Amino acid sequence: MINILDTIMQGLLLGGLYALFATGLSLAFGIMRFVNIAHGDFIVLGAFASLALIQWLPMHPLLTLLIVLPALAVMGYWAQRLVYNRTLGRDIMPPLLVTFGLSVMLQNGLLEMFSGDSRRLDAGDLTTASIDLGGGLAIGVFPLITLVIAIALLAGLQYLFSRTAIGRALRATSDDPEIVQLMAVDSRKVYGVAMAIASATVGLAGVILGMTKAFDPLLGPPQLLFAFEAVIIGGLGSLWGTLAGGMVLGVAQAVGFRFDPGWGILFGHLAFMAILLVKPQGLFPKTRD
Amino acid sequence: MSLLRTRELTGFYGDFQALFGIDFEISAGEVVSIIGSNGAGKSTFLRSLVGLNKVSEAMVEFDGKCVGGMAPYDIVKLGIALVPEGRRLFPSLTVEENLRLGGNPGRSGAWTLERIYDMFPILAERRKSPGTALSGGQQQMVAIGRALMSNPRLLLCDELSLGLAPLVIRDIYGSMPRILESGAAVVVVEQDIGQATRIADRVYCFQEGRVSLTGASSGLTREQISDAYFGSHH
Repeated sequence: MINILDTIMQGLLLGGLYALFATGLSLAFGIMRFVNIAHGDFIVLGAFASLALIQWLPMHPLLTLLIVLPALAVMGYWAQRLVYNRTLGRDIMPPLLVTFGLSVMLQNGLLEMFSGDSRRLDAGDLTTASIDLGGGLAIGVFPLITLVIAIALLAGLQYLFSRTAIGRALRATSDDPEIVQLMAVDSRKVYGVAMAIASATVGLAGVILGMTKAFDPLLGPPQLLFAFEAVIIGGLGSLWGTLAGGMVLGVAQAVGFRFDPGWGILFGHLAFMAILLVKPQGLFPKTRD
Repeated sequence: MSLLRTRELTGFYGDFQALFGIDFEISAGEVVSIIGSNGAGKSTFLRSLVGLNKVSEAMVEFDGKCVGGMAPYDIVKLGIALVPEGRRLFPSLTVEENLRLGGNPGRSGAWTLERIYDMFPILAERRKSPGTALSGGQQQMVAIGRALMSNPRLLLCDELSLGLAPLVIRDIYGSMPRILESGAAVVVVEQDIGQATRIADRVYCFQEGRVSLTGASSGLTREQISDAYFGSHH
């Protein structure tokens, strides 16, 4: 009984991490119908950016967020304005091809700069501390913090989208990028802002990833896969669906891991496949006219 | 002096040339109708005026300045607003959010959210509903209100009556006097000849991308317009 409870709890906490991974992907798809194949590599880039900062000036990894987040946001804005915007259109292939190319470049660039060694962002006691819930049940402090961050991020984005003028412009641009221009909104700039926000969440995901486990330049593609699965399970373009999707994936992996350490990832993929079979539009599909 | 004037305006719908040298003008406070059948180029013409279709600079002159080729998000700030064909409300925005976004160009003037609700009281009742949950006529009211929120000097209306019942159409056009009171000039694209001549000071007939007839509504007979509409060989 305790085992089952423990497994589910670990899975839900892992879901927080996956929701963080998936948020940027979900935003870019929800607003621009843009699928970023290099999404996982940008997460890893965020982790390495934090590492490079710490190597230059020793500090707590969480402090590097102050620089990594704005840096990735600015990079995302200009990547959208200068590159991605040119790939958007009826054809879905150009964004896939361009970001696939970026993915290869990022992986090899990071290999050149940091070698293929496994790294970790050292956060001291924070990542090893745990809370004893009694009865042999314990949860890690850092996974809990990760989940809280993920929920706070999604709540913040929810507020941004539903209550602010920029959120209104983002939703309207997502609905109809042509007509929104008649409201004095430059949809190309709005796309840039959307990608800046998405990229900041990617930076956050990267730093948290680096504090959670060891990473190397080739760790991007599996992160993309987890993010992608969380987005699809949750329902395309739905923010809270992304959290639910991450949690389904996390619990499935934790259950698989319980049976055999090699089965964790497999169980995640099986859960993904099962959802696709039963509810191909995801748990919380965004309703659109 | 005319508020807006086009000279030899040409336009394309994809690879297909839809407009062949349109000369058009409208003065401040005037109501002008554009009549024509499907594919005559009416919508392409309106889209060209607001920058959604590319034209060269000298083709469109607004308030004495050449504005052809400017981006739509800049043209609206000068005071040209479009009620697009098919209404095109933003489905994920409520009625009120649709209207507020219409005010985004930041032009001051007579039109505020309260004035719009005063003119279309049903919209105040449905302010929290998604724009697309409304009936066709109510959606058209939102589309008109959204365009007015930019306090335009020139309001372009593309087929307001499309798909609406006669009574609803009467209600929609009933708002016209109040729109004119605010000082805006109005271009109305219509397929219904009766409606078009009733409301407008002057009429342009478009046929296959050319102006086939123009004149004061009162000076044109139904036969003349009908010929210009369908072509004289019908």
